[in-house]
Amino acid sequence: MTRSILLHGLVLAALVALEPVLSEYHHGNLARIMVLAVYAVGYNMLFGYTGLLSLGHAMFFAAGMYGCALLVRLAEWGVGPAFAAGVVCALAAGVVVGFLALRTIGVGFMIVTLMFAEAAHLGILYYNDYTRGDEGFTIPQAIRTVAGLDLSDTTTRYFAALALFAAALIASAAVVQSRTGRVLVAIRENEDRVRMLGFDPFRYKLFALVFSATMAGAAGAAYAVLFGYAGASFAEVQYSILPLLWVLLGGPGTTLGPLLGTVLMFYLIDYASGTIMPGLAALVEAQTGIAAPGLASAWLLMVGLALVLLVLFAPRGLLGVVRARMVPWLP
Amino acid sequence: MDILQYLPFDLPHPALLLAGVLEGTVLAAVLALTALGLSLVFGIMRVVNVAHGEFYMLGAVLAWFVTTWVASVTGGPPWLGFAVALVVAPVVVGAIAAAADWLVLKRLDYDPEATIVATIGLLYIIQQLALTFYGPDARPVVAPFDFRVQTPYFGYSGYKLVVVGAAIVLMLAVWLVLTRTRIGLVMRATQYDRETAQAFGIPVDTVYAGVFALGAGLAAIGAVLIVPIQQAHYLMGGDPLLLSFIVVILGGLGSLKGTLVAAVFIGLSDGLISTLYEPTLAKILATLLVAMVLVFRPQGLFGARAA
Amino acid sequence: MVGTMCLAQRPTMTVPIEQLSATGLVKDFGGLRAVDVDAFALHAGEIRAVIGPNGAGKTTFVGLLCGRFPPTAGRIRFEGRDITGMPAHERVGLGIAYTFQITSIFGNLSLYDNVALPAQRRAMLDGGGDVRARAMAALKRVGLADRATEIASAQSYGHQRLLEVAMGLALGPKVLILDEPTQGLADSEIAAFIDLVREVARETTILLIEHNMPVVMALAERITVLDRGRILAEGTPEAIRADAAVQAAYLGG
Ligand SMILES: Nc1ncnc2c1ncn2[C@@H]1O[C@H](COP(=O)(O)OP(=O)(O)OP(=O)(O)O)[C@@H](O)[C@H]1O
Ligand SMILES: [Mg+2]
Repeated sequence: MTRSILLHGLVLAALVALEPVLSEYHHGNLARIMVLAVYAVGYNMLFGYTGLLSLGHAMFFAAGMYGCALLVRLAEWGVGPAFAAGVVCALAAGVVVGFLALRTIGVGFMIVTLMFAEAAHLGILYYNDYTRGDEGFTIPQAIRTVAGLDLSDTTTRYFAALALFAAALIASAAVVQSRTGRVLVAIRENEDRVRMLGFDPFRYKLFALVFSATMAGAAGAAYAVLFGYAGASFAEVQYSILPLLWVLLGGPGTTLGPLLGTVLMFYLIDYASGTIMPGLAALVEAQTGIAAPGLASAWLLMVGLALVLLVLFAPRGLLGVVRARMVPWLP
Repeated sequence: MDILQYLPFDLPHPALLLAGVLEGTVLAAVLALTALGLSLVFGIMRVVNVAHGEFYMLGAVLAWFVTTWVASVTGGPPWLGFAVALVVAPVVVGAIAAAADWLVLKRLDYDPEATIVATIGLLYIIQQLALTFYGPDARPVVAPFDFRVQTPYFGYSGYKLVVVGAAIVLMLAVWLVLTRTRIGLVMRATQYDRETAQAFGIPVDTVYAGVFALGAGLAAIGAVLIVPIQQAHYLMGGDPLLLSFIVVILGGLGSLKGTLVAAVFIGLSDGLISTLYEPTLAKILATLLVAMVLVFRPQGLFGARAA
Repeated sequence: MVGTMCLAQRPTMTVPIEQLSATGLVKDFGGLRAVDVDAFALHAGEIRAVIGPNGAGKTTFVGLLCGRFPPTAGRIRFEGRDITGMPAHERVGLGIAYTFQITSIFGNLSLYDNVALPAQRRAMLDGGGDVRARAMAALKRVGLADRATEIASAQSYGHQRLLEVAMGLALGPKVLILDEPTQGLADSEIAAFIDLVREVARETTILLIEHNMPVVMALAERITVLDRGRILAEGTPEAIRADAAVQAAYLGG
């Protein structure tokens, strides 16, 4: 227990210590990564610990994002209360979707969540007049302030993202090391047995789903507030796949896996798009004379390859392997 | 917001109605072919193939390459290149699918959740390959022939009607193979009980690779048929995937008859609603319907039970 | 002998109280009628064995009692209350615990975590209690306390069976249903297991499904014989041993 507190404290301290030393580029990246890692932390509660694979978490991210941003844009709420409202929207969406989707299991659950998220995405496009669809809308820099703090200032934004990430990490570590967490893991391992030990699996799964949806919504709302933009692409299916990928890479069912996976995947895509792929494109063109414009961005390829390779060769993810081989107490 | 405005209180003009039915029929025909592929793969292998829409896209993109190549090499008429594409595209796509089965799905031992994640990965990889070698543009394929059928209100593309006919013939062929041949028997035996089939000397691995190839091939043929109507584009797989999912689920997972009935139902209603009202709304309703069917009636609306 | 001794120790039990009972209980799987039991009653404090050939419906029958599947027809009562429609986890809350025939432990968790779950459930039901002490006590009873931190799937089959039983014990149930608990145990382990069940039976009613006849004869006060879903006979071990129908269906067959 103390080891675990120390470990999490060290990680958070490292994130604080990095702030002044990072270059502008990495500074901005890390702020974004920490917000997205909150999303991954939430996803991990459902997928990593409880064993439920959702393909529709983008709807919760979008619920938070739009719940917050639309109130700012249409009702002229302040970003503070609007952030809270976004989180509540995602929580409510989690309750509704949970009550319906948790009646199914396995592949059924995956498809039901996928369909709900697709309906939500189409709904955002359909109400184009309010949401401005794919194009999205920005939240003006002038109103992105909370209690006198200018959230568009890079340092403030970094620490706001870090504060949110710290809250998410601590909440998730507390849950998974609690008795509730023990039941969640047991459901992942053998749901029928959990029921025959007298627990109602539905209630625990609903808790995990709502926790997870709330985190996703907090990430979505924070994204809108800190980066000043909301758009329908955040509700697309790829935004449901990304947290799955981050968690798979970092290690499902480890508290720090989501952060690790988000960081690694971000820089992997960044590096591949900036360095490897243009080189490859030049090589292809030099060798064959065929211009390969699609090689300019490696997003699709890296995500696709990572998913296939992880399920094939490392379904426990990086920290899962570390836990199995070296550090059995890793939470 | 006024929801009532979307309700059909005034009857649409018969010309519009006819156009909707015709478009719906064409959509239903291609959809039935594509969904049949998804349904076979799910029914026999218990694999939910999220990359199915990309096999469709590959079929369309290959059709463009083949017709362009044939036209440039032989200078022949459009139907020649189209005929070659109709053979080459499904065969190549089928081979790619068989390779994916062998390299990935088989190694996952067809675990349902892992295979979904893997096919999502395949989806992105295939998209990137298409983007890389085909590019981001939408490109048309010339219809193999050009004649118009006169309706009381407007002339209608004869090619579209041929598509409907071709889809019906292909589905009949698949049905005959499944019910009347030894290959079909072997497939059904494998579907019924994989271990027992293996014990009786059925080469289950080959059957699985074959079924996965067949499913992908059907999607590719559907796409070849559609490219003269819709242009080929590397992101075109999304819609057919979603609609095929809807069809397969409403029809009852793995039930072929249910798949056909649902394809006609969804194709027609999507054609009608999209022509007369609002396509996005139609899709929202369909996705919600699918979610509710899975939640409350997992055996589907049209299938008696998953066969 | 064993049976009468137990009864003699607890005079209140001489007028048996029906603790868990079923009437007209039917379970169909497709066309197969797996269970068809007109009347069955388990009395508070007894050790009851259920025997019968493979596929007789024993597992399905107790599965109906503890709510793992819904019955096709019939009613189930527990302590005077109709529990037919009650979900399994609530029945566990009332005090009906089931240990699985096919070992169903949490393979990736430690032995401690495996028993901590039921111990934790007990504490929740009681509104408090020392989970750790209760979990360790359950492990100690089956002799696995010194392996508490080891991973469950790394244990021998026999130890996994015992862990399964320990999970049931940690729940502190009123009725403990054991489904072939000695399957796969070594002879020495079986002897220890018989002692354990006797001790547990002091405060818990036991419903024991068992193929191992010496274990049945050593433990059971009454035996219910199931065959093709129906109760073929019911009575004391002596009576069952003497029953011709049972001989034909099971013992002699
Ligand atoms: N879920 C199920 N679906 C279909 N049939 C089932 C199911 N569970 C059990 N059966 C059938 O019901 C009958 C009774 O099975 P059950 O497992 O209750 O027998 P049993 O007496 O416990 O046998 P054993 O001694 O082998 O454990 C068997 O014919 C079995 O095949
Ligand atoms: Mg049994």
